[in-house]
Amino acid sequence: MRRSVSAAIFIALAVLGVAALGAKNSAVAAQQKAQNAEVKIDNFSFGPAALTVPVGSAVTWTNHDDIPHTVVSTDDPKAFKSKVLDTDEKFSFTFTKAGTYAYFCSIHPKMTGKVIVQ
Amino acid sequence: MAGRTKDELLHDHNHDGVDRRGFLKCMAWAGTGAFCVIRGGVLRSYAFSRLPALDPKEMAGELSFAQISDSHMGFNKAANPDVAGTLKAAVDKVNGLAVAPEFLLHTGDISHLSKPEEFDAVQQILKAAKPQDVFYVPGEHDVLNDDGQQFRDRFGKGSKGAGWYSFDKKGVHFLGLVNVMNLKAGGLGSLGHEQLEWLEDDVKHLKHSTPIVVFAHIPLWSVYPEWGWGTEDSAQALSYLKKFGSVTVLNGHIHQTMQKVEGNVTFHTAASTAFPQPAPGKADSPGPMKVPAEQLKSVLGITDVNFVRGKQALGVVDSTLE
Repeated sequence: MRRSVSAAIFIALAVLGVAALGAKNSAVAAQQKAQNAEVKIDNFSFGPAALTVPVGSAVTWTNHDDIPHTVVSTDDPKAFKSKVLDTDEKFSFTFTKAGTYAYFCSIHPKMTGKVIVQ
Repeated sequence: MAGRTKDELLHDHNHDGVDRRGFLKCMAWAGTGAFCVIRGGVLRSYAFSRLPALDPKEMAGELSFAQISDSHMGFNKAANPDVAGTLKAAVDKVNGLAVAPEFLLHTGDISHLSKPEEFDAVQQILKAAKPQDVFYVPGEHDVLNDDGQQFRDRFGKGSKGAGWYSFDKKGVHFLGLVNVMNLKAGGLGSLGHEQLEWLEDDVKHLKHSTPIVVFAHIPLWSVYPEWGWGTEDSAQALSYLKKFGSVTVLNGHIHQTMQKVEGNVTFHTAASTAFPQPAPGKADSPGPMKVPAEQLKSVLGITDVNFVRGKQALGVVDSTLE
């Protein structure tokens, strides 16, 4: 009887331990998945035009064009809105919620892009 | 059209009044010192060398004004590191016109980044122009960060909404329109409902014989939608002007001269005083186009406009800075 109780306790603890370990692994995995991603602005376009990133990622847009551009969410209310970016200026935004975030350049509205956050 | 010459509308393949071969030829010449005139609906071109021989009456009129555009004060990249210098050259050109313009129209992108010092610099340089009255409309570069508040504070006295207004000079009715606000993703220039209603009302009681001049930054005709070179709701604006015998539309934004005649409407875009941009579709994107330094002034320019009572259209003449 004592042995089976001990075995049961052992198994329970083992299961708890594995569960805890598993949970810790998931947390570590989630932190690893969130990344820093880049979008290059050049020649009146966003590259890549469609970017997929995990939740929690920070995306940085850098203007390599010789004309200023902006990065403005098309959602209402706007999820994000950069100031005017002259050549070599950057804008960063961290996506904390999943979803598809369409944006455009408010100065040159034909320039569009999206960030897909999963 | 009687008395056809080589330069008149000949090849109207698309039946829209546009002789593309004619004005492409004209545009090519413009780079080497010629300009194109639309008078009485007919496109003519003159080489600079012929100018001294021309009858000044052909060039003069009852009302003379000049259009400058896209000074982009604050731009300093390779395509033109000295936009102040080329703007000064444009002022010299204006001051050198045979018939002194009575005032200037600036069709926008006055500044490059909507900075106060950029607007200041342009106003300072324009103080040297003989015509001291300047009428401005904003470009998209003039309304960054503040929805155009700074622009209206400086240049918008008496204007409505985002900065539109009208005025009269010697019986010609001028309309300054704003089509660079509230631009939608993937869209073109936009006038908006409020401005269109104002426009309809503003011209409602004018006689059909009143010559009309409309000036706005982004072209009010579809030059090249892929690059945003057009205005979504311009057709509605033009419908309110259908009754007039002479409508001249002056725009900027595309940094090159282009002309089109469509019935009673003459559309004209001006060169920039700062830097040229590629012809539609001739490059990946409509950005600043680099040319050899010695050629820069030949691709920048001003536009001289003359109204002669009795002629259907205003005489619109582009000249380069060199």
